[in-house]
Amino acid sequence: MIQVADLHKAFGAVEVLKGIDLTVERGQILAIIGPSGSGKSTLLRTINHLESVDRGEIWFDGMLVNQPLRGRRFERHVNRIRQHIGMVFQHFNLFPHMTALENITMAPMLLKKTPRREARELAESLLRKVGLLDRIDYYPAQLSGGQKQRVAIARALAMEPKVMLFDEVTSSLDPELVGEVNKVMKQLAQEHMTMLIVTHELRFAADVADHVLFMADGVVVEEGPPAQLFRAPAQERTKTFLQEVFK
Amino acid sequence: MQGFDFWAVTEYSDVLLAGMAWTALLTVASSGLSLVGGAVFALLGLSRSRVVRMPTAFFVWLFLGTPLLLQLYLIYFGLVQIGIDLTAFAAGVIALSLHFAVYNADVIRAGIVAIDRGQHEASRSLGLGLGQTMRKVILPQALRNVTPALGNNMIALLKESSLVSIIGVMELTLSAQRAISETFRPFEFYIAAGALYYVLNAVLELVLRRVERGTAMTR
Repeated sequence: MIQVADLHKAFGAVEVLKGIDLTVERGQILAIIGPSGSGKSTLLRTINHLESVDRGEIWFDGMLVNQPLRGRRFERHVNRIRQHIGMVFQHFNLFPHMTALENITMAPMLLKKTPRREARELAESLLRKVGLLDRIDYYPAQLSGGQKQRVAIARALAMEPKVMLFDEVTSSLDPELVGEVNKVMKQLAQEHMTMLIVTHELRFAADVADHVLFMADGVVVEEGPPAQLFRAPAQERTKTFLQEVFK
Repeated sequence: MQGFDFWAVTEYSDVLLAGMAWTALLTVASSGLSLVGGAVFALLGLSRSRVVRMPTAFFVWLFLGTPLLLQLYLIYFGLVQIGIDLTAFAAGVIALSLHFAVYNADVIRAGIVAIDRGQHEASRSLGLGLGQTMRKVILPQALRNVTPALGNNMIALLKESSLVSIIGVMELTLSAQRAISETFRPFEFYIAAGALYYVLNAVLELVLRRVERGTAMTR
């Protein structure tokens, strides 16, 4: 489903991705962990081209994401691909001038020409799924952090994406609100949604992912099934990181 | 010394009210156009292309740096020379719109720049293009945030619209002058016109406050 090969990316003189390779199969759940500044968020953001790359290839569903097109043609290409890749952000980024309903229905109505009624039904079913049907007409400012993030997940799902990208989606939540968001993600996992999850929450990663990738300083240090990576890490760098976190 | 006679004003109330209506019309038309124009200039000014940005900056600089009165003369009297013969009302609306579009553009540009990057990214991640993102996500928020500043510009526009009297639009100020030329009572009629401007402004402020309150929840 997703294949990344020899990915390089620098911000000015700072190289943040130094040759990343990764593969995600359909239905797979990949957790990307690592210390701050390891490049894991940047990596995630290159997949739907919120970050451009300097070198390497990103393949999504048989299409090269970073095609050497220019201007409008590249715009069109990237917009088409993004419609199939849902993304959820650390800071929710809900549209504050729209209700939960409007946040969810905007993209399908605009991009897929979904009729209003159908879009509303879709939003209702998605909000039911994330447990917020009773908040359908609320504005983001009227919702708690956990509720905002669940609406944001519903918004991304409304485009019926083939892959979901989660970028530290519980990092800015109060601890007591983390569970409700994790629950929704777990539910998605059970429905075999293909997911890439950048997270600081190792317990959650161990719980939900079937493959874990440990990144540090712009490279993949180690990867494997969670049981192996968390219980018996092979690399010294991984061990130190895990010790730090679980101290 | 001659005493004041405000009864004279009532005899000319139809003239003054007609003038007030024209002032209101001028204000509404020019405000609307100056908002649209302001948004357009703001977007052009933020363009990534220099070819778009530079002429916009020049145009903005030109209209910011010259008096409205001069712009009015140029549009009404000057354009005739190149075959563009506008009615006084049209010339007035165009001059007021352009003049205030430039002020609005500055305000709107600041509003756009202040919107969090995450809004842009969320919209783009859903597959919306740059234009769609601007139209659906960024501009509506930017405009809401700068409503008070745009409102101030509208109030200024309402007052500045009196300048249009000098090219012969029978708006409130010129109506008062017409009445004065027949009654020789400048004090009474200027006071009356001032009161009517005040009424118009009060209405405008009421509308603006409504708009602001209506969008409070959505910020």
